[in-house]
Amino acid sequence: MGGGVVVSTTSVLGGVVKRREDPALIRGTGLYVDDLQLPGMLHVAFVRSPYAHARVVSVDASDAEGMAGVRAVYTAADVAHLGDLVTQVAVGKLRPLLAGDKVNHLGEAVAMVVADTRYGARDAADAVDVEYDPLDPVIDLKEAASDAALVHEDMESNVLLAWEGGPWGDEEAIAATQQAIADAKAQDDTVSVSFEAVNQRLLPMPIEPRSVVADWNVGYGRFTVHSSTQIAHALAGGIAQTFGLSLTDVRCIAPEVGGGFGCKLNVYNDEILVCFASQQLGRPVKFTETRRDAAGSTIHGRGWVATATITGTGDGQILGYELDGIADMGAYSQNFTVAIPFLGLFVGAGQYTFPTHWKVACVHTHTMTTDAYRGAGRPEAAYYLERAIDAFAREIGMDPAEVRRKNFIPADKFPGAATHIGFPMDTGDYETNLDALLETAGYEDLKAERDRLRTEGRLVGLGLATYVEVCGFGPSALVDLGFSWAAYKIPSGFSGSGLVRVQADGTASVIIGTGPTGQGHQTAWAQIVSNQLGIPVENIRVSHGDTAESPLGIGTFGSRSAAVDGSATYEAANKVRAKAADLAAHLLEASADDIMFADGGAHVAGSPDQQVSWSDIATLAYQPHRLPEGMEGGLEAHAVFSPGNATWPFGSHLALVEVDGDTGDVKLLRYIAMDDCGNVINPMIVDGQIHGGLAQGIGQAMFEDGDYEADGNLLKWSFVEYPLPTSADLPSFELHRTVTPTDINPLGVKGIGEAGTIGSAQTVVNAVVDALSPLGVTHVDMPLRPKRVWEAIQAAKTNGSVS
Amino acid sequence: MHVSLTVNGQRAVTDVEPRTLLVHLLREELGLTGTHVGCDTSYCGACTVILDGKTVKSCTMLAVQAQGAEVTTIEGLAANGDLHPVQEGFWERHGLQCGFCTPGMIMSAVGLLSENGSPSEDEIRHGLEGNLCRCTGYHNIVRAVEYAAAKMRGEEPPAAEWEEGSS
Ligand code: FES
Ligand code: FES
Repeated sequence: MGGGVVVSTTSVLGGVVKRREDPALIRGTGLYVDDLQLPGMLHVAFVRSPYAHARVVSVDASDAEGMAGVRAVYTAADVAHLGDLVTQVAVGKLRPLLAGDKVNHLGEAVAMVVADTRYGARDAADAVDVEYDPLDPVIDLKEAASDAALVHEDMESNVLLAWEGGPWGDEEAIAATQQAIADAKAQDDTVSVSFEAVNQRLLPMPIEPRSVVADWNVGYGRFTVHSSTQIAHALAGGIAQTFGLSLTDVRCIAPEVGGGFGCKLNVYNDEILVCFASQQLGRPVKFTETRRDAAGSTIHGRGWVATATITGTGDGQILGYELDGIADMGAYSQNFTVAIPFLGLFVGAGQYTFPTHWKVACVHTHTMTTDAYRGAGRPEAAYYLERAIDAFAREIGMDPAEVRRKNFIPADKFPGAATHIGFPMDTGDYETNLDALLETAGYEDLKAERDRLRTEGRLVGLGLATYVEVCGFGPSALVDLGFSWAAYKIPSGFSGSGLVRVQADGTASVIIGTGPTGQGHQTAWAQIVSNQLGIPVENIRVSHGDTAESPLGIGTFGSRSAAVDGSATYEAANKVRAKAADLAAHLLEASADDIMFADGGAHVAGSPDQQVSWSDIATLAYQPHRLPEGMEGGLEAHAVFSPGNATWPFGSHLALVEVDGDTGDVKLLRYIAMDDCGNVINPMIVDGQIHGGLAQGIGQAMFEDGDYEADGNLLKWSFVEYPLPTSADLPSFELHRTVTPTDINPLGVKGIGEAGTIGSAQTVVNAVVDALSPLGVTHVDMPLRPKRVWEAIQAAKTNGSVS
Repeated sequence: MHVSLTVNGQRAVTDVEPRTLLVHLLREELGLTGTHVGCDTSYCGACTVILDGKTVKSCTMLAVQAQGAEVTTIEGLAANGDLHPVQEGFWERHGLQCGFCTPGMIMSAVGLLSENGSPSEDEIRHGLEGNLCRCTGYHNIVRAVEYAAAKMRGEEPPAAEWEEGSS
């Protein structure tokens, strides 16, 4: 790939290139943070609260401090001068770096122990004696929303705000929407279906625990911090902000990062605290989470309860959709916390035309903070909407595909379409995508087969769901809505950047501001640049994750890296190409307009034998005395891309399941997906992203449950109690795509990191409810573990809903 | 305590605390950081190595229990620099994303194929059940193992899905 491409085209390659990052990773030579050992490095362990809510009566560290190899034990008073943890959306109670006189969730850090060894730090943490006076916790979401008891006694309410639309931000128009839906309900010819459902709390659980090493150099007055983070630049800014330093005084490096899924899209108190300890002790300091730390003290996702109501006529026309919900923020707001349901609001009305009234209140509880977990607000929104449409279709006895088709925003509304809640969309063609799925899957045959198996008494179900996603953030104007990274000294909004440098030997370095957590940036970005310059992919090296060398990029999250930073890199490559054309024209004594790039070099249009290599071009660039008058030396360019909108991928998914009526065991037999993420840079990588996304959505539907007990305990400390899907739990996935390029970036790419997750939980639940529908079951809350499904079957049988 | 063992063909002699786990000996004493730690409960398989011919989770063993053993870690798998067919399969079939589970997953797959050279998809899925991956949904890990199995049998591996134009 790459070589031989005539780069006067602006299309993305779209071909499979084996990943450039893999040779190191499959040989075990990739460097993750915990692999790092610096001379004199000390280790941290935290003393964490065993209560959800308690007064801290006393902390006695004298035994711990006396243990061999213990360098320091720090408590809240030692770090009070640093303030609360830096937070982007500072609504609600912010997290203290260490808990002071109260703890507000299980696992909250009360003291930090620093010792010579990993094991020694753990031993000393166990020896710190904390006396607590336990208090009643607020855990239940409805109770929290009622303000019957306050989570934080100095706040007036547990409810921080409610996101409401549509449209969003116009109270009169919201009232009009509510009136229209009330009128529809009052019509004789309409039916309404309403149900309450839990979208349970999830634990992100990348297989690499978070890890951070801070090293303060007192001579330079500078921190070097290695962290397994998705946001190296924001981490540098957060540290700079906290310690009163400039951005140049903090160098953050995210080397290989072993998965993130949103949970590494936060600056954590431990990251700040190891910096503090390093500064105090003059030694490098490392903290690596245990899995138990990760479960209780790394952000969680989801955690909603909501009632969905859908109203329409018997011919499948939906006249109104309402969602009234509560979202759990946990005890403290961190980076994005209250903004997560806002992302749900974007897609709350989906890709449909009907009036939508959507309201989700954000409440504090005595639990760990929630924040971005793969999909972040959008899976929740899609779950309720698509479960509601399915329930409505079942109620009126119409095929669920047909109901969706009748209510889609039609393709001819683009460009210029907006969601009912009022957000402008880029491009979309929902009906074509759905039809492609149904045809590829053989939908009619699958239905016939399901019906045949049912006559044998087997509980087989087909589940369909469609989705629209919003991602690729941007738009940069989000800054005007109050979403910016200014708290991290980065007022840049949601733009991205890329730097392309042709080296003196004609190879190219690409340095980007975002870094991967497995998405293959080193490969995809090399493809983008190769496509623009005609330099072969193997001669392009992409580096990322070191704030000392990379241009500013706010991070890899919200499926934004390719759409935003990829577009910036594309534009940087074009700048380099323009200059290279001038250089080649000088060498070939031709006009720059006639220069074509192909086969690893440049030639004059029409005379391919008149050519120079990239090495010739670069040699000239770095010998300025040979350049024509007025031309500068060097061959590199930086570009910033500021998107005018987010992107709006979409898709349709179909699942086939069988339920064992005796045990409640659910078997996922087939999963067929038709996704549309616009143009595709590397189909192999895109499919891989969908596979992983599906596994996480299916994980929510069938296995994972991060909900706390009523007393505030979290019995999910390990992979035993919090089962991730294993290889034996999942089928091979059948993936297909339609391609509707976006018009808001030059690559036409929309983003694919989260789509699989956003589309899948409701697809599986719809299938299981379909399987159980002959028994009269209309809803089962996730996760659909055997016990819960079996209970639903028993309840349906005993309450006689079987006709 | 004194422990001596052979790791990737080289003799290693070192002193460790009696409670040191084998994985920490490998990573922190011997600098073989390709073997990873993903959990505290011997569940994730990121730490899988081959010990005396069998795959073991190196976080379930004390270093001293490996006294006299022959251990192969991911760093020792590529013979004379040539990738093992399982490593090649993971690269060819995109069997990894973040790469954190990958060393353990590869070692488990090597163990699986040493016992069953022609595993079915179902046998691969059950054989790797003790290794968690949060990134890939296992789809391409299965393809990678199928690739390696064919290679090790001296057969042409099945075509990649993208070669068949699956999308
Ligand atoms: S680290 Fe050994 S099984 Fe998880
Ligand atoms: S590749 Fe990331 S955990 Fe498997």
